[in-house]
Amino acid sequence: MFGYPEPRRGLRCLATAALTSLFLSAVLPIAAQDVPLISGGAGFVTSTNAGNTTYIPVISPLLAAPLGEHFLVESRATILDSYFPKGRGQSGYTSSSFVGLSYLQLDYLANPHLTVVAGEFLTPFGTYNERLSPIWISNFESAPLIFSLGTMSTASSVGGMLRGSAFSNENVSLDYAAYFSAASTNEQFNSQRAAGGRGSLYFPKARVELGGSYGRLLQATHQNFSGIHLWWEPADALVKFRSEYAHGAHSQGYWMESEFHLAGASSGNALRRAVQPVVRWQQTFRSSPDPNDGLPGVDTKRVDLGLDFLLPHEVRINSSYSRQLSSAQNSNIWQTGIVYRFLFPTWRGK
Amino acid sequence: MTLNLSSRRFAATLALALSLASIPALSMRPERHQDGASSASRTDTTARPSTTERSGEAKFRQNCSRCHQAPQGFSPKISGTILRHMRVRAPLSAQDERGILRFLNP
Repeated sequence: MFGYPEPRRGLRCLATAALTSLFLSAVLPIAAQDVPLISGGAGFVTSTNAGNTTYIPVISPLLAAPLGEHFLVESRATILDSYFPKGRGQSGYTSSSFVGLSYLQLDYLANPHLTVVAGEFLTPFGTYNERLSPIWISNFESAPLIFSLGTMSTASSVGGMLRGSAFSNENVSLDYAAYFSAASTNEQFNSQRAAGGRGSLYFPKARVELGGSYGRLLQATHQNFSGIHLWWEPADALVKFRSEYAHGAHSQGYWMESEFHLAGASSGNALRRAVQPVVRWQQTFRSSPDPNDGLPGVDTKRVDLGLDFLLPHEVRINSSYSRQLSSAQNSNIWQTGIVYRFLFPTWRGK
Repeated sequence: MTLNLSSRRFAATLALALSLASIPALSMRPERHQDGASSASRTDTTARPSTTERSGEAKFRQNCSRCHQAPQGFSPKISGTILRHMRVRAPLSAQDERGILRFLNP
């Protein structure tokens, strides 16, 4: 998401942000339930593609620190090592490290309908980037093939954003996000000059959400990106359905994911509550060459079949088999991951 | 680092081993932690709510559960911070935020 910056600078940046926000949280008056928190996930992922296996120990910490009654500092980072085959006929493995900030933002909760965000934030396009990308949430270890469309390749923006719930009652709610991002080549705050936004209608009784996204790249060759998403997660059914479609200047694609629950949350059968089969079907279409949009160079189909285990003590195990079909190459991809989610206050509080 | 393994077989074996290893864990009950810093116990999001919390629980299921499992327990000291974080990220309306906060801190 951020290239491969020098790890020390990323760690220094994260530590500075954490210490500053924690200090400010300590000196500003806050409610008893507003103690800053550290959350995130720590895990180990393996991915085998065309016979080559990559091993990835990863930790993704998240900091949230309220400042007074209206401000919140939030940040999430990813720290990982990748161990992968040397290739080119050489035996053995080599490794690379990666430290990157996913976001570091200051939120001002101006009123019940408006939050002003400044800093580096996740680009609001579609649903995957903001909602499903944390390692302790995602059902699959790999992002959808269309992930880079509309998120401007970096998935993060540096600038300002207005967002909030425009309208909400028991039948329907309308939320929005609109942003402007400056171009930045800084290793930790890498972004492209762009603008865009997203709007969603959510019908809580039917548990249906329908939304649209738009983004315009404002540097080099200007490009438009658009997308729609549909989520249907009926309350009484044991299945959740999520989908997205995105269209770019040179390619387009979609993904549809179904998550099955073998038993309801109140079921006494722990095994059936814990096992969660998931299926994701994806397709991308290439209309013209673009080596920078992140999608496969030729039309591609892919099915991901997963079996996830939601264990006690905040541990989850994801396992999946994917079959990717294209005129360039057919491949089998096996992925496994075990993730522990942590969540605790930074101090005892008042 | 040098590893000489049949990659695909190793990945399949690892997946099978993780699956088998999870079976004993499934029979364990999640602990209800005690926070040593105060007398307040950690918020247990799996506990059954009272009637007055039903609205907040409905808001929780309509919003939070759409993307992720509820944390199995956390300190009540951070419930406000969690809700403020989710109000920005979800985004929750101010009314839903208050309802869910009441559900988490009855």
